Amino acid sequence: MRLRAWDLAIERGGRRLFSGLSFEISAGSALIVAGPNGAGKSSLLRALSGFLPVQAGGFALEGGDPERTLGEQAHYLGHADALKSALTANENLAFWAGALGGEPSREASRAALARVGLAHVIDFPARALSAGQKRRVALARLLVADRPLWLLDEPTTALDAAAQVAFTAIMQSYLDGGGIVVAATHAPLGLSGASVLRLGAAA
Amino acid sequence: MTAALALFLREWRIARRIGGASVGAVFFLILVAIMPFALGPDLNLLARLGPAILWIAALLATLLGLDRLFQADQDDGSLDVMMNGSLPLELVVLIKCAAHWTTSALPLIVVSPLFGLMLAMAPAPLALVAATLLAGTPALTMIGAIGAAITVSLRRGGLLMAVLVLPLTIPVLIFGVAAASAASGGAAPFLTPFLMLCALSLFAIAAAPFAAAAALRHVRE
Repeated sequence: MRLRAWDLAIERGGRRLFSGLSFEISAGSALIVAGPNGAGKSSLLRALSGFLPVQAGGFALEGGDPERTLGEQAHYLGHADALKSALTANENLAFWAGALGGEPSREASRAALARVGLAHVIDFPARALSAGQKRRVALARLLVADRPLWLLDEPTTALDAAAQVAFTAIMQSYLDGGGIVVAATHAPLGLSGASVLRLGAAA
Repeated sequence: MTAALALFLREWRIARRIGGASVGAVFFLILVAIMPFALGPDLNLLARLGPAILWIAALLATLLGLDRLFQADQDDGSLDVMMNGSLPLELVVLIKCAAHWTTSALPLIVVSPLFGLMLAMAPAPLALVAATLLAGTPALTMIGAIGAAITVSLRRGGLLMAVLVLPLTIPVLIFGVAAASAASGGAAPFLTPFLMLCALSLFAIAAAPFAAAAALRHVRE
């Protein structure tokens, strides 16, 4: 499986963020999207997810399911955690598991939470969690449904040092299992063998 | 199927824990209760205006809270994930509307006979008046969902949504009040406006999810 993008051009608010952008990532490797604020890192991820139109070029997941869009085969983790504060961590995760094509069960939620070190908050309402804990529950969402591509926008925001290390291990094992990761980040993620895509300075 | 049920239960749980349902019913009660103060204590007048008052109150109470139908999910990022989920966006819209109707309109319909008594309406036709609300409020929710989708990314979209949606609800209001008035002793037949009301709701349920989903896709770009 391979993610290929060719000649991409994206505009936001009438301003051309970048054009002629091409890249290729094969299964088991990661692409770090770097660049200053406003360079278009988030817009690139949102375009890949299908939330933003591209002005030119295109992208495809070669070897993926031709019936589904790239976004429907990917986990998109944006700036917002997509957690409902009135629901418990388990209810949030079980819902996402069902909605994203996984198996919604308490065991699956517990296993995913355990991998981000939060098994003890499984029945806490999300509003009682700290910002870092919410982020970790959002990361656990990546684990409750199996999708071949992860699109991560600043995944380690609000995480403490130990949680960052744990998340690096999670990403590494996902890559070892044949997954593809595209991450926009300022912090080094510590992945071995990740290629870097540097977007230009903001105009 | 499980994903659809999971979405319905999620919406239902959130509404129940935040308490939106009871607030809507209390809002309905207050609207009905202040009417006699505005109109005066003429029982005959109240009884004659009763069906119209119940319908206006139900219309306003149904729209209350509908502006957050998609905006809450837009703000916390849930909508991003849902758009690429296993359910088509049209179905997401339909299920969210069904859950919203169950938690906000259904309690109003259940208590509406009681409020009819407060408006000095005859007890016998109150069940029929509740039936007109049951047949008509799905159309109100579905039409409101289109407005909610269009204003999803506006900070203070609630008022704009009401301005967009209220004119579109006029046909529902006309047939709803006509059927309810006929039920409580008018000369006009009951069945004709009631069937029109059912038709409006069925049409809205079939068409509005596509309109709302298209609006969501377009507005969020």
